[in-house]
Amino acid sequence: MCLAIPARVVALLDDENCTVDLGGVKKTVSLALVEDVVVGDYVIVHVGYALSRLDPEEAARTLALFAEAGIDPGSTPEAA
Amino acid sequence: MKYVDEFRDGELAATLAVAIAREADTGRDYAFMEFCGGHTHAISRYGVTDLLPANVRMIHGPGCPVCVLPVGRIDMAIGLALARPEVIICTYGDCLRVPASGGLSMLKAKARGADIRMVYSAADALALAQANLGREVVFFAIGFETTTPPTALVLRAAREQGLGNFSVICNHVLTPSAISSILESPEVRRLGTVPLDGFVGPAHVSTVIGSRPYEFFAEEYRKPVVIAGFEPLDVMQAIRMLIRQVNQGRAEVENEFSRAVSREGNLKAQALVAETFELRRSFEWRGLREVPYSALRIRPPFARWDAETRFDLTYQPVPDNKACECGAILRGVRRPTDCKLFGTVCTPENPMGSCMVSSEGACAAHYNYGRFRDVPLKVETMETST
Ligand code: SF4
Repeated sequence: MCLAIPARVVALLDDENCTVDLGGVKKTVSLALVEDVVVGDYVIVHVGYALSRLDPEEAARTLALFAEAGIDPGSTPEAA
Repeated sequence: MKYVDEFRDGELAATLAVAIAREADTGRDYAFMEFCGGHTHAISRYGVTDLLPANVRMIHGPGCPVCVLPVGRIDMAIGLALARPEVIICTYGDCLRVPASGGLSMLKAKARGADIRMVYSAADALALAQANLGREVVFFAIGFETTTPPTALVLRAAREQGLGNFSVICNHVLTPSAISSILESPEVRRLGTVPLDGFVGPAHVSTVIGSRPYEFFAEEYRKPVVIAGFEPLDVMQAIRMLIRQVNQGRAEVENEFSRAVSREGNLKAQALVAETFELRRSFEWRGLREVPYSALRIRPPFARWDAETRFDLTYQPVPDNKACECGAILRGVRRPTDCKLFGTVCTPENPMGSCMVSSEGACAAHYNYGRFRDVPLKVETMETST
């Protein structure tokens, strides 16, 4: 029951709710636990509630770190 | 899907696997515990174990909320539903099949006439009470720090609306106390029985509590913690970061899931939880026994909505099925295949223990995705004789 994926907010609704898009599937999710979410944001959803907002810059940084894993530090000139 | 597919990329996974193999010291073994059920699921489903060198072992920890729920708590809900026909028990789907006493589960109790229903969210439970004013709707709330804030929200709403027919059986438990209890357990303390070199910290739990609560473990027990997202590449990167810390003799809290987790966490959710719940002195966890200050109960101002007070419920501990090794598996002492019942008597269709119920449980994850890995491949050439 811990499983969840990031969802894009596509519309803000009444009562602190919003509509999210999960790979084409629309769902209503509560925003009562997060602040300042706007349309277009990605949120981490769990049991019907958004728990946090996803930071696109941090996501890009993490992906860049994965890519760097391919570079062997032992073979770079700095390490030599 | 954005923010999902990139973190499951097969080529990058291969790159990370090479980096892990390069950085892991062949002269030693590494054992890391992933605490969270979501990670157990990801590791099994995407075969992360197969991408790790033989000297890096992952231990499945107690982070599946269904798996750590003791039988006595489920008995409590079933007993209430069977004794009082006006009661509707509602809970998350995973709870329904957990084996309880007397060969029952919530699902089987339902077949005996108990009104037990599945809900997707706490808000659904509240709506059920609003729609059934002539009945008593009891929300059987389970989960770690992620599901607690939603329960707090509905308790607050019930009080604001003066909704008299709604109450909650609170089974919410706390991640940091479970980690301490593992680190304090004799198997881990007595060096050699369960070597534990670090933790992959939970994803969603950490979005709520932040990375700060883990700093204590890093300092006190000298164990590195790396908080990781739920995708396979996140887990692999976290393992790589743990290996680095071990190699460099560091024990720090690092955050791989920085796209969703901050050091402070979700302050709004934390405030809400603090206003609604307080610590229980002690709570029984399946597999870890009684763990001090490891669970929450509803605060007195909300007592009217606390089903334990309202229906005068008492907790009766129940010993687990003797043959079931869930307890030892949750503490990292045994593996699912060490259990005699695994895959024969005990399967996801007919679970004997709770680790087999939820897809995040160690036994179910191994049954669904990993069980054929340990079977040696036998290539049989058929004689084509005429
Ligand atoms: S296989 Fe079933 S009985 Fe054995 S430890 Fe796992 S859940 Fe328990």
